[in-house]
Amino acid sequence: MNLRRLFLILTPYAWLLLFFLIPFVIVMKIALSDYAISIPPYTPTLDLSAGWEGIKSFLSELDFENFSFLASDALYYTAYFSSLKIAAVSTVLTLLVAYPIAYGMAQASEEWRPTLMMLVILPFWTSFLIRVYSWIGILSNEGFLNQFLLWTGIISEPLAIMNTQKAVYVGIVYSYLPFMILPIYAALEKLDGSLIEAAEDLGCSKMSAFWLVTFPLSIPGVIAGCFLVFIPALGEFVIPSLLGGSDTLMIGKVLYEEFFSNRDWPVASAVAVVLLLILIIPIVLFQRNEQKQREANQ
Amino acid sequence: MNRRFSWFNATSLTLGFAFLYLPMLILVIYSFNASKLVTVWAGFSTKWYGELLGNEAFLSAAWVTLKVAVISSTVATVLGTMAAYVLVRAGRFTGRTLFSGMIYAPIVMPEVITGLAMLLLFISLGLDRGVFTIILAHITFTMCFVSVVVSSRLVTFDRSLEEAALDLGCTPFDAFKSVTLPIIAPAVISGWLLAFTLSLDDLVISQFVAGPSSTTLPMKIFSAVRLGVSPEINALSTILISIVTVGVISASLISKRNIARQRADEQKALQQ
Repeated sequence: MNLRRLFLILTPYAWLLLFFLIPFVIVMKIALSDYAISIPPYTPTLDLSAGWEGIKSFLSELDFENFSFLASDALYYTAYFSSLKIAAVSTVLTLLVAYPIAYGMAQASEEWRPTLMMLVILPFWTSFLIRVYSWIGILSNEGFLNQFLLWTGIISEPLAIMNTQKAVYVGIVYSYLPFMILPIYAALEKLDGSLIEAAEDLGCSKMSAFWLVTFPLSIPGVIAGCFLVFIPALGEFVIPSLLGGSDTLMIGKVLYEEFFSNRDWPVASAVAVVLLLILIIPIVLFQRNEQKQREANQ
Repeated sequence: MNRRFSWFNATSLTLGFAFLYLPMLILVIYSFNASKLVTVWAGFSTKWYGELLGNEAFLSAAWVTLKVAVISSTVATVLGTMAAYVLVRAGRFTGRTLFSGMIYAPIVMPEVITGLAMLLLFISLGLDRGVFTIILAHITFTMCFVSVVVSSRLVTFDRSLEEAALDLGCTPFDAFKSVTLPIIAPAVISGWLLAFTLSLDDLVISQFVAGPSSTTLPMKIFSAVRLGVSPEINALSTILISIVTVGVISASLISKRNIARQRADEQKALQQ
C-alpha cells in the first residue's frame, strides 16, 4: 500500500474514530458508572497508572444499575413511549400534508417544477430554530390563529394549542415537511404516465387508477420520507422545548435536563444509550429500503 | 406521469406553500411592528433593527457563529471530500464497513446524543470548552454531509478521464487537481454550503460543547425565545431569512446559467 493512499484513508478515518466513535465508548462507559458528587460527577474513573490492577478494579465497578433505574422510574419509560407516539403520529400527519403537495408538483408543467422544487428546499436552508419560533406567535393564546378564529366567529374563546402536544405536532409537521415531500416527489416524477392511461383505458376511474397504480408505485418514496421524519422526530429537542411546554414529555428533552439541570451524567448517558438502541431498528430498516431502491434502479 | 393539472392540484399546492411560507411571512411583517406587543399591529417602524444593531451580545454571538461556520465548514469540506474519495475509490481495506458506518451514522444521530458524546470526550481529553470545541464538533458532524454530497457525484464520474490523465504522464495528485477536482467542484461547493448552513444553524450540539464564554447566535436566540416572542428576535430572523433567500436564489440562478452555457458549448462543439 502506498503512502498517499494510506494518508487519504487514515486522515478522515482517524478523525471519525477520535471524534465520533470514541465519544460513544465514553458514553457507554459513563452509563455503566455511578453518580457521585465530585468532578467529574461519576465513579469509577479509570486509573491507568495503577496498571492492570487498576483496569480490573475499574471494570468490576461497572454495572447496569442505571439501566434498571431507567426501567423502574415511570418518568423515563413514559418519555420513551410518548416520544415514540409523538414521532409516529407526526410522521403520519406529515405524510398526509406532504403527499398532495408532492403529487401536485409532479403534475405541474416542466417549466414550473424547478421553481416548485426550490420553494420546497428554501425553508430547509432557513434556520430550523427560526422556523419553530415563528409558530409561537401563531399558536399562543393571543396569537394570530386564535385572533383569526375569534374574528370569524368559529370559536368563542381561544383554543389552547401552545404548550400542548398539538403544538409539537404542528412544529414537527412544519419543520420536516420538505423531507417528506422530496422523496415522494422523486418517486412520482419517475412514474410512467402511460401506466395510468392504460388503467383508465381498461375502465378504472381516476380515483381507482390512483389507488391501484399511482400510490403503490410511490410507496418507496413514502417509506423513505416516513423514516426521514420519524428518525429525527424521535430524538427531537428544540420543538418540544419551545412549543410543547411542560405537558410534553420527550426523551431528547429528558436527556438534556438530566444532564444540565440534574447534572446526573450516568443517567443521561444511559438515556442516550437506550435511545440509540431504539433508533437502530428504524435506521437499519431505512438503510435496507435505500439499498433495495438503489438495486432496483440499476 | 400524466400532466393533467387540475383544480385539486392547484389547491393542494397553494395551501401547501401557504403553510410553508405564511409563518415566516408573518414573522417578517411583524418585525416592522412599532409595538412591543408582537401580535398587535401599531404601525410601521424599523426601530427593532436599530436596537438589534446596538445589542452587543447579539453582535458578538453573530461574529462567533460566523467564525465557527467558516472554519468548520472549510475543514469539513476537505475531510468530507477525502472521505468521499475513500468510500468511492479506495476499494477494499480493513475496516471499510466501520468507516462507511461512521460516515452515515452522524447524519441520522439525534443531536442530543452527538452533543452529549462529544462533550464527554472533550472533558476526558481535558480540553477547555469554547469556540475551539464547537469548531471540532461542527467539523465532525458536517463532514459526513459533505462526503455524502461529494460521493454521490463521484459515483457518476467517468473514471477513464482520470486514467487518461495518468497515462499521459500526470502524477495522481496532478490528475486529481486538474481532472477530478474541476468535475466534482460543484458538488464540493454545495457540500461546503451545506456544511456552512448546518453549522450556522446548529443549536443543540453547540449548547452541549460550548463553554460559558462562547455563545453562538442560535444559543442566544434560543435563550431569548424561551421567554416568549420578542420583536428584536423577529428582526434578527428577518435578516437571516433574507440572507438565505438571496443566497439560495442566486445560487440557483448561477447554476441555471452554467447549465445553459454548458449546453450552448456542447451545441457549438457538435456543429464544428
